Amino acid sequence: MATTKDTTPVHEVRPVTQELRIPARYLPTPTIGPGHSFATITDHISTIVLRRKTPIGWFIGLLIAMGGVGLLSISITWLLVKGIGIWGINHPVGWGMDIINFVWWIGIGHAGTLISAILLLLRQEWRTSINRFAEAMTLFAVASAGLYPALHTGRPWFDYWLFPYPNTMGLWPQFRSPLMWDVFAVSTYATVSALFWYVGLIPDLATLRDRATNIWVKRAYGAFALGWRGSAKHWLRYEHAYLLLAGLSTPLVLSVHTIVSFDFAVAQIPGWHATFFPPYFVAGAVFAGFAMVLTLAIPARKFFRLEDFITMKHLENMGKVLLATGLIVVYAYAMEWFYGLYSGNAFEGYMLKNRATGPYAKMYVALWVCNGLAPQLMWFKRFRTSTFWLFVVAMFVNVGMWLERFVIIPASLHRDFLPSSWGMYHGTFWDWSMFIGSIGLFFSLLFLFVRFLPMISIFEMRTLLPEAQAHSHEEAH
Amino acid sequence: MSDTKELNFTDFRERIGDLRGKEYWRSLEELSRSEVFDDFFHSEFPQQALALDKGVDRRDFVKLMGASVAMAGLTACRPPDEKIIPYVNQPENLIPGKPIFFASAMPLGGYAKGVLVESHMNRPTKIEGNPDHPSSLGASDAFMQASILGLYDPDRSQVVRRTGEIATWSEFIGAIQPVLAGAKANGAGLRILTQTLTSPTLGSQMQALLTQYPGMKWHQWEAAGGDNTREGSRQAFGSYANVIYDFTKANVVVSLGSDFLDEGPGHLRYARDFASRRRVRHGKTTSMNRLYAIESSVSSTGSIADHRLPVKPSEIARIAQEILACVNGGGATTPFIAALAKDLAANRGASIVVAGEEQPPIVHAIALAINQAAGNLGATVMITDPVEVAPVNQLESLRQLVTDMNSGAVKALIILGGNPVFDAPADFNFKGALQKVPFRAHLSLYYDETSMLSQWHIPETHYLETWGDARAHDGTVTIMQPLIAPLYNGRAAIEVLGALIGGMDATPYATVRNYWFGRGANETSWRKTLNDGFVAGSAAPARGGSVSGSIPQIAPAVASGIEIELRPDPTIHDGRFANNAWLQELPKPQTKVTWDNVMIVGPRTAQEIGYAPEERERLVNEKRTRLAEIEYRGVRMMLPLWVVPGHAEGTATICYGYGREQGGRIANGAGFNTYPFRFSNALNGGAGARITIPARDPFKVACTQEHQSIDPKDVGERGIIRETSFAEYQKNPHFVHEGGHELEKVHGKDSLYPEFEYKQHAWAMAIDTSVCTGCNGCVVACQSENNIATVGKEEVVRERELHWLRIDRYYKGDIANPEVFHQPVPCMQCEAAPCEPVCPVEATSHSEDGLNDMTYNRCVGTRYCSNNCPYKVRRFNFFQYADYDTPSLKPMRNPDVTVRTRGVMEKCTYCVQRINHAKIEAEKQNRRVKDGEIVTACQQACPTQAIVFGDMTDPSSEVAKLKAEPTNYTLLEELNTRPRTTYLATIRNPNPELLASAPVLEEHH
Repeated sequence: MATTKDTTPVHEVRPVTQELRIPARYLPTPTIGPGHSFATITDHISTIVLRRKTPIGWFIGLLIAMGGVGLLSISITWLLVKGIGIWGINHPVGWGMDIINFVWWIGIGHAGTLISAILLLLRQEWRTSINRFAEAMTLFAVASAGLYPALHTGRPWFDYWLFPYPNTMGLWPQFRSPLMWDVFAVSTYATVSALFWYVGLIPDLATLRDRATNIWVKRAYGAFALGWRGSAKHWLRYEHAYLLLAGLSTPLVLSVHTIVSFDFAVAQIPGWHATFFPPYFVAGAVFAGFAMVLTLAIPARKFFRLEDFITMKHLENMGKVLLATGLIVVYAYAMEWFYGLYSGNAFEGYMLKNRATGPYAKMYVALWVCNGLAPQLMWFKRFRTSTFWLFVVAMFVNVGMWLERFVIIPASLHRDFLPSSWGMYHGTFWDWSMFIGSIGLFFSLLFLFVRFLPMISIFEMRTLLPEAQAHSHEEAH
Repeated sequence: MSDTKELNFTDFRERIGDLRGKEYWRSLEELSRSEVFDDFFHSEFPQQALALDKGVDRRDFVKLMGASVAMAGLTACRPPDEKIIPYVNQPENLIPGKPIFFASAMPLGGYAKGVLVESHMNRPTKIEGNPDHPSSLGASDAFMQASILGLYDPDRSQVVRRTGEIATWSEFIGAIQPVLAGAKANGAGLRILTQTLTSPTLGSQMQALLTQYPGMKWHQWEAAGGDNTREGSRQAFGSYANVIYDFTKANVVVSLGSDFLDEGPGHLRYARDFASRRRVRHGKTTSMNRLYAIESSVSSTGSIADHRLPVKPSEIARIAQEILACVNGGGATTPFIAALAKDLAANRGASIVVAGEEQPPIVHAIALAINQAAGNLGATVMITDPVEVAPVNQLESLRQLVTDMNSGAVKALIILGGNPVFDAPADFNFKGALQKVPFRAHLSLYYDETSMLSQWHIPETHYLETWGDARAHDGTVTIMQPLIAPLYNGRAAIEVLGALIGGMDATPYATVRNYWFGRGANETSWRKTLNDGFVAGSAAPARGGSVSGSIPQIAPAVASGIEIELRPDPTIHDGRFANNAWLQELPKPQTKVTWDNVMIVGPRTAQEIGYAPEERERLVNEKRTRLAEIEYRGVRMMLPLWVVPGHAEGTATICYGYGREQGGRIANGAGFNTYPFRFSNALNGGAGARITIPARDPFKVACTQEHQSIDPKDVGERGIIRETSFAEYQKNPHFVHEGGHELEKVHGKDSLYPEFEYKQHAWAMAIDTSVCTGCNGCVVACQSENNIATVGKEEVVRERELHWLRIDRYYKGDIANPEVFHQPVPCMQCEAAPCEPVCPVEATSHSEDGLNDMTYNRCVGTRYCSNNCPYKVRRFNFFQYADYDTPSLKPMRNPDVTVRTRGVMEKCTYCVQRINHAKIEAEKQNRRVKDGEIVTACQQACPTQAIVFGDMTDPSSEVAKLKAEPTNYTLLEELNTRPRTTYLATIRNPNPELLASAPVLEEHH
């Protein structure tokens, strides 16, 4: 330590609890650019929040995103005034873009939790530079997702009937309904994600408090830092809490989308009623989530010059995850055909025929292109290490996952059992305005986040430095 | 309000009634000064009355205005002044919450169909058929069911108008005096135009008028009248005669373009009788009747025929003649006619040939000649004297009137009902001629196209508001008694004629009563007549008659262009029901189109004029179709083109009645006015039309069913419709269970949840698809019984119609002439209902009787239940569809059924209000509910008794017996939903000879 001129206050140094004796050649390549020290990391990341002049691009971006929020407000107001008839849903198709968007957003959220929790437990250190960002994304995606189930009911002012609470009607919710399970799954997910994100932020909030020069800023960060002083006891508690939350989040990664998939799998509509839906949906969610992380991280690292922290190694790893989960999803698509054809069930058979040749065939083909073909580029290192191609593939997957939900929800509902009741579904202006509005909400929150909170975990980044490793202490002596 | 004080509403109403609008507010003070008003006011609105005593400030004035409106409503909704007699043995005093039924009759086209009207606290709410009336037998059609909405229609004309300005009845009486005085000498120049009349009272009044004014002339016009039938009878018998049929005795029925099951004065009776020979019950049925239909457009009758021959309209006469020749021993040119003639010959005296009103008189005459040759006259086909008061050729009658109007011979024209400006033949230019008449008065329900052009308009009373009489299709005298005092001070035709005769004080009640008392009625018989709704044994006696005269040889039609057939619309008739939203939103039986009239062609014709099947499929899937331009006799019009499989090629069917401009807010702007195609020398269409498809944006069509194929090649083997021939059925009655749709019977252990136990009842329904004609009576009955809202064209286009009961229609076989199947689909009330477990708030749950109850006020509207319902019978209120605001619609609603709000799901309940009513009655008497005690609205309406409802746990119940039939099957049985609603397979009785000779039809659709 003596060799470096480190000015970092002592409480910002994470005490090293591990005593590892591993030869240097077995150490992983550092997931941080060369030439960084505790000080430079802290400076670089905290400066984005505290000192750097707010770039004009941020204002423009926020303004556009806030326009979306305005559109969302108008859409919601009109929805409450008129009723959900302003959407394109109808009699065979009771769920349309409301549920498509809900599942899409929830799916996107999954990457954050996966990165924070599962990769933490698996000690994948490369996660460190993207986890804060991904967690924020999760939270905002869940916020956007949550709008839909709350507003898609015919009488949203009675939504609270879905919660089990003692009431004068003497009625419980119906616990057999997957929508009921959804209420628990999503609300738990939102709570744990928020806690996880916030707990992870505490040490960094303290850093910002200490580095802020403006008294009001200092107080604001100080309030949220909950009196963090970085004592060993604090770190101990922190580590325990963080690990516990990671443990709590881990099953959620699997459970939330499993339960979302039950909304469909439990029903008996051809195209919904399938036992493989839970793993299929979870894989799809991770797939969608990583695509969204890439979509956000690639421009952000460029814009905030974070190439040293979010390195090509990160991007490449995410590309690999994209490929792996994409293959699971394609396997599920293929299985649908297998079940449909092998079962000899007339309804399943027609459902597939209708997907491939019916009125929504174009969307089904587009789905295969986006989710089936595009990720195959990730087999090649050349594409995996090109930010351009990564971004392109990620965009394909974003669109593809939306199409997947479209194919599953309205395209299954519109032609089910009795041909007399078949119909068509088209999103209306208000369907799209809600969707665009929810994207606006998501980005507004994201813009505020990158401006007012450290988008990369400062203290965790510091642990990535060779100096923070136990053995490097020994070598230094 | 206190019981001791008798309020004289009549007094109020009379005070208000004859005042002009501007005087109304001034008269409020006058009213407030009256003693009765004060009493009423103090007891009803004590606070406001206090304010009134002190003098009225602004706030209280507003309240007072509100109160006066409320009272106006109160006075409007009151019982008729005269004694009306309830049906059968019901208490005559009002019990709040208990409906009382009254017998009356609904006239349509002059003929009466007996009705029973359900009345809640003096508000008629529902129409049923009168089980004893010969034209109804308890059944009802869509028009009857929807007439209750017609009564409460807020767009009905409410005031007397003089050139559009509000006037009064007494002013009108004053205004006609000089006219009558001018006509005093001999009545020349005075004309009365009525619709078809069978009413003896009106007939006697007309007679009295004609005696009083010998020079007066009486004209008749009914757009969808019976001219051809009438003239055909004259051609056959030399004088007008009424022909009635007895389908219970007919083994073979031949329809020459006739929709006798769904149109005409006796159709309900005919459908019931026809169905009685068509029901197949295991071990009981040894024979079925056989129906041949030769027609151009697909009618309800044709759609259930055993053999249907689509031909151009012009060919029907020639085919009829060939059948006649064959029956007389001649040879046939086609196997179809040969087999048909052979069948007729084999069933001498037990067959019926019936011609449709759209066919020219000669076809009717030939049909009667065939009946005579086949020995049916007097056996299955009865001839009676005409039922109408004065049968005339109405077309000639109207022509005479128009000629006289144009020549200036008509000084005063009084039009009683009808809307000739809208529906007279195009070449008459009735509109222009009418304006040449110096004095024009029009009595009608609406301030319509004709009223607009009349100096005087008098609002007409609805048939539920006034006394009257009419005859049924067989001549049975039917007395109409009012259920409610006129809502808007309307006047009946009887009153107008009474005023012309001079007896101004004669009320309809007095007039009708005096008429019948003058003809031997006494108090006892009068009471019985009112109680029953008709005079028993008053049917016209059968008379002899033989077809005389030679039938001229009919030359084969010369083909030129496309032929068109003009028909009254199946749901809004000749346009008179255009402002009835229930009928507008009712899917037409064959096209399933609502809110519009379309030009119907066959599939090949469509292709020939450039409407390819692929394009059609694509557009129809999006509820669009091409607009086609039709040119016929110099009239060009753009109409939406619609293809109906089985429609005769080279022919287009166009319905009239749409395109109203002055019909009310529902009627205006819906559909296209096709009356310009009706020429006096070709009222029902003709040849020489040309159809082209110009490049235009597709037209939005609110059809409710775009997919009708059940071909396994298209949609997989689904087993939705199961059918066979009678011969095959006799060989293998269990055929329905051999299609591979049966579930392995593992009941009891196939669910984690315990089975439901039914200790009391298990309600169930069986629907015999063999006899369903797709007539729609049940659909409107359900709508009326259950307060189902209409949603409008745009919402139907978005597939949001609310009908709890729909009639699915499927095709099988050759697209040029397919078999048609009708399948009414109410809620299946599944034992293992997919809707129940998915509702997160338990708004839909299993009742102790096994119904899937829907708790509206618990529903938050996730629509999950609808998604998961394989039968898609659940209906969602995407907007606030039910009209909470229109005051006149409020008293119409069934008080036993909730009016749903926006955001909740609704669906068929098996009329749970009727079930509960019967259960309560049974419990009071400490007994079980008897079989047949509960009748659902759809079941009650059904003319063919296709729907049977009852308790499944009672093995002797009708429904349990039907479920034990081998032909009983479950829709989508493989899903193991175990529905309570099941179907009996469709069994038809094709002629084996024709089956053998028919080509194997490969083309499927």
